[in-house]
Amino acid sequence: MFSHDKLLLAGLFIVGLLAAPALAFDFGRPATPGEITLWDIDVGPDGKGLPDGSGTAAQGKQIFADNCAACHGENGQGGIKDRLAGGQGTLVSSMPVKTVGSFWPYATTLYDYIHRAMPYPAPGSLSTDETYAVTAYILSLNGIVPADGKVDRESLPKIRMPNRDGFIPDPEFDPAKLFRKK
Amino acid sequence: MSSKVSDDLLPRPAKFSRRGFVGSLSAGILGAAATEAAGAETLADVPDRSPGADLGAHSERSRFVKVDRIPEATPGKRNIDASDAINSKTPHQKLVGNITPTDLHYERSHSGVPDIDPAQHRLLVHGMVGKPLVFSVEDLKRMPSITRIVFIECTGNGWENWKKADPELTVQNTHGLVSTNEWTGVPLKFLIDLVGKDKGSNWMLAEGGDGAGVDRSIPLTDEIVNEAFVAYGQNGEPLRPAHGFPMRLVMPGFEGNLHIKWLRRLKFGNAPWMTRWETARYTQLLANGKARQFQLRMETNSVITQPSGMMQIQPGYIRISGLAWSGHGKIAKVEISTDGAKNWKQAQLSQPVLSKAQVRFQMDWDWDGKPTKIVSRSTDEQGNVQPDRQSFIAAMGTNALFHYNAQQTWSIDEAGRVRNVLA
Repeated sequence: MFSHDKLLLAGLFIVGLLAAPALAFDFGRPATPGEITLWDIDVGPDGKGLPDGSGTAAQGKQIFADNCAACHGENGQGGIKDRLAGGQGTLVSSMPVKTVGSFWPYATTLYDYIHRAMPYPAPGSLSTDETYAVTAYILSLNGIVPADGKVDRESLPKIRMPNRDGFIPDPEFDPAKLFRKK
Repeated sequence: MSSKVSDDLLPRPAKFSRRGFVGSLSAGILGAAATEAAGAETLADVPDRSPGADLGAHSERSRFVKVDRIPEATPGKRNIDASDAINSKTPHQKLVGNITPTDLHYERSHSGVPDIDPAQHRLLVHGMVGKPLVFSVEDLKRMPSITRIVFIECTGNGWENWKKADPELTVQNTHGLVSTNEWTGVPLKFLIDLVGKDKGSNWMLAEGGDGAGVDRSIPLTDEIVNEAFVAYGQNGEPLRPAHGFPMRLVMPGFEGNLHIKWLRRLKFGNAPWMTRWETARYTQLLANGKARQFQLRMETNSVITQPSGMMQIQPGYIRISGLAWSGHGKIAKVEISTDGAKNWKQAQLSQPVLSKAQVRFQMDWDWDGKPTKIVSRSTDEQGNVQPDRQSFIAAMGTNALFHYNAQQTWSIDEAGRVRNVLA
């Protein structure tokens, strides 16, 4: 690996001499498409980044019981960690309950977060289909997809979350206005 | 002679020593172990000089000094097992000066502290760029670097006081989620130029190498492009693991969560990614049920650290001291009221006053022994004034959880007990 890097650096150095007038040196090495794919896990609200595959809420029920319920509770409630279901209608009360159903604005974020960070002891250990299935199950616990509902890369970005309009951007960093050409 | 000896970090002026430690500050329940030991009444009581311990590879704190962070969880969840902690707070009541000792810099981690071998750590920079690149730690260290002193503040700082004021809290409990260190690293702009960012890219995703893969969308404003940097140095040494070893993003003046630790990926795009942390977590729920999103900048803030919660003072001379900071720039002035926010006097600022760094302020006070309240308010160079509690809550409600920067009031009763109150 070391000698390979060295060769690569030497190569870059020569290319640099020929092609780049400003710098006769360079830093780092080019990222290969394969390794970028390995790390490029983020999912945007438009569904960009979602992989092929699918899962149903029914499949997700068992996967949730095996991997998630210990912390999040039997039905996404009453666990020792974040509550995932219920809470709709509480956001104006003195005891707001922020869950996927009552608070999260995008369903795509749920897939992204489960895939990158959950289950806590082994993040990323669920397969793509399992991740879709758990996503569908948590959405079904909140009445957002039916108990026999299925999600995939096409359907997930189309789901309109109950609190989709519940956010007001800070005026200084409003994404809709920040970089708009004047 | 009074049995109480002053806090070891706050030596009283010698001229008061014959007056029974008038004005001395006791650290209360958090007092140093040595506070009950006998003092030196006359110079004859000072122990003789003698050869000391062998020189070591690094220096430890004196055995007479006890300063520790305290691990805590969400508001009200204190004295918890370390495995349940989500943050660890800086003991401001025991610190002096502007810089936080490295091991006492506050910490907020979302999936523990990863044990990263720098030889195996890589930073991928890709997305809307001409040439995606992979950097090692050594690559970064070879690049032109900058060094800057900045505060980093968790948006949860102050969150204990949203709904009520627990009188038992110290300033460590209320304001221990902000610290100031010197950071060294590579300007973001330099990396942007290396990869050849597309002109159309104006948002960047920064992602950590921790178990949670914490990631945030960062708007590439001129200010951020010019000031953000990828740090590998902290107070002159490699980053501590708790603070992102071997590399982290530093975003002067912005939410602590944006200073992505264990940084392993920067991806350039043209819209925010709406990650869990910028939607479900670090957004501020207002009284009307709507949540404020992308409130990225940390506000103008200050707090009196001495005397502060759970300390006990005696009538006479008191040196009031504290810290002020603003994500908008430099602190322009700090005012202190010792009569419950009726009259205000300007405090002295310790030099240098740096942009987006904490600054120490102090003021002399002669306490007449009557119950009162002390409070500080800061103003930054942009004219932002730290709000009083009432107008702050009127604007934000009590459910926001994050970005609490209302003025902190400490009440003092006739016995000199200093306690946390809302106003």
